[in-house]
Amino acid sequence: MMAQTPDRTVNQTLAQKIIARAAGRTAVQPGEVVTAKVDLAMIHDSGGPRRVEPILKELGVGLFDADKVVLIADHFVPGDTQEGSDILDFTRAWAQQREVTFYDGEGICHVVLPERGHLRPGMFVVGGDSHSPTGGAFGTYMFGIGATEMAGVLATGEIWLKVPGTILIDWQNRLSRGVTAKDIMLALCGKLGMDGGQYQAVEYTGTAIAALSMQDRMTLSNMAAELGAQAGLIAPDETTSAYLNSVGGDPGDWRDWRTDGGAELLAHYQFDAAALEPQAAAPHSPANAAPVSAIPETPIDVAYIGACTGAKYDDLKGAAEILRGRVLASGVELLVAPASKRDQDRAAEEGIMRVFENAGARILSNACGICAGYGADRLGADVTCISSTARNFKGRMGAASSKVWLGSPLTVAASAVAGQIADPRHFLTIEMSAI
Amino acid sequence: MSGRVFLFGDDVDTDQLAPGAFMSGGIASLAAHCLEDLRPDFASTVKAGDLVVAGKNFGIGSSREQAAEALRHLGVAGVVARSFAGIFYRNAINLGLPVMVAEDLGDLADGDAAELDMEAAVLRLTGKETVVRLEPLPENLKRLLADGGLVAHLKERFAEKRLEESGP
Repeated sequence: MMAQTPDRTVNQTLAQKIIARAAGRTAVQPGEVVTAKVDLAMIHDSGGPRRVEPILKELGVGLFDADKVVLIADHFVPGDTQEGSDILDFTRAWAQQREVTFYDGEGICHVVLPERGHLRPGMFVVGGDSHSPTGGAFGTYMFGIGATEMAGVLATGEIWLKVPGTILIDWQNRLSRGVTAKDIMLALCGKLGMDGGQYQAVEYTGTAIAALSMQDRMTLSNMAAELGAQAGLIAPDETTSAYLNSVGGDPGDWRDWRTDGGAELLAHYQFDAAALEPQAAAPHSPANAAPVSAIPETPIDVAYIGACTGAKYDDLKGAAEILRGRVLASGVELLVAPASKRDQDRAAEEGIMRVFENAGARILSNACGICAGYGADRLGADVTCISSTARNFKGRMGAASSKVWLGSPLTVAASAVAGQIADPRHFLTIEMSAI
Repeated sequence: MSGRVFLFGDDVDTDQLAPGAFMSGGIASLAAHCLEDLRPDFASTVKAGDLVVAGKNFGIGSSREQAAEALRHLGVAGVVARSFAGIFYRNAINLGLPVMVAEDLGDLADGDAAELDMEAAVLRLTGKETVVRLEPLPENLKRLLADGGLVAHLKERFAEKRLEESGP
């Protein structure tokens, strides 16, 4: 591949550097429209084969490069409706026919893609799903597009974009115990709104971010979508490099992929992580966030631990810490849909899945589940639910009269035990060192 | 040609436009439920040539392009909003559905008769003195819309490429 040497005399953001590389340029400026070559295209069963194949057929072309396409079945898994099952059949046949890398029933695309080592710093990647910014946690410029646009990418290997400005979101100090990456994102949705990202690039920095695990960073990047940003980047560091090595990925020249000091920014926000409390967002918008401690008594019927943003291994581990040795409040149903099979297997090995079972939880498939609301499992009329998912739009998870609150997996677990929305900090065991 | 204005508020999301429960079926069955939670009679009363006008961040949420496709299927001639969510905006253009930004909606009201003039970048309101000024579309997007969306645009591009390859 022809690579242009980056122009080091110009201060650029991480987003600019990756886009310049993908566009075959030494530097790009925010606002320019460029055409970039994609390093990888990720599609799933809903926006993927069933939508792109008719277009490829109409154009009379094949895939630009089958080795650069990853297909993951997650939206209609487990295929519990006739139509959903038919869509999965079509997806499986297409994967064989088009000879692409295919993960079937292995988990949610945004979690499976990095856990199988497909992402590395500096890559330019498109995904056929709005939560594709998740890849930004690995220093990858990744963003979501619709199916027709994806068909165009699959046919040509390229896509146009307007070079984004960068909104730097800096979190200093450390999160307190019981406060998570999810609380950071709910607080940001509340402060900046669902259009605060202006379809530009968000980049998270600061000591609080550097202290997070890769899966917690994925939660931040994932919910850049709820800020309305195109991408949600985190510059790679030793944590990124170690993770990629552990999954058979390639950290490559990760030290090169960072925002230069002096690069022009669109905005620069600074927050104190130590002052952040657990958050919950009231129906029907993530922007309705408030500290759990300020929410009036709110009884719940269903507690849902699921989704790419709220049921990864680290999320399950945090929730189990609350649930260990406790049972559900009377009348509350707890549903757990681990985000990937690999994460569920690891959680099972460590006794975490047993904690959920002992507490009385029902375990669902490693798939999008009720978060997407595409299958048979949906919330009934007038049900109040607290969920670890990313969106609580009206009617998304079930009946239009259902009410969904959003919280961290810890807050969901605490609420399941309390029978009402509860602050997880009241349920944490006291550490030995504190006694 | 003028159409009736259907006015909506801020943050109209993709689950309102294309509800998940109907995502496994075809576009006709999905479009029948488009915006039903906000306006139960929308799909049954909107006619070809009508316009959707909304506040900020229209189309926030999912990348499902059925959100734009449902509006087009119902015959909506265009969407004017104070701002759009990025993925929806791209999807709409790719599917040939005009989307235009208006900073100020002036005295526009639900039920107004209006005409969308993309070339002049204005929304003309029948019987009212004022016009709603729109941000002109960038040239590359104007071309995509004029071609009838991305598939038609790519068809032309591949046809030209084949012609070149088989050339003299």
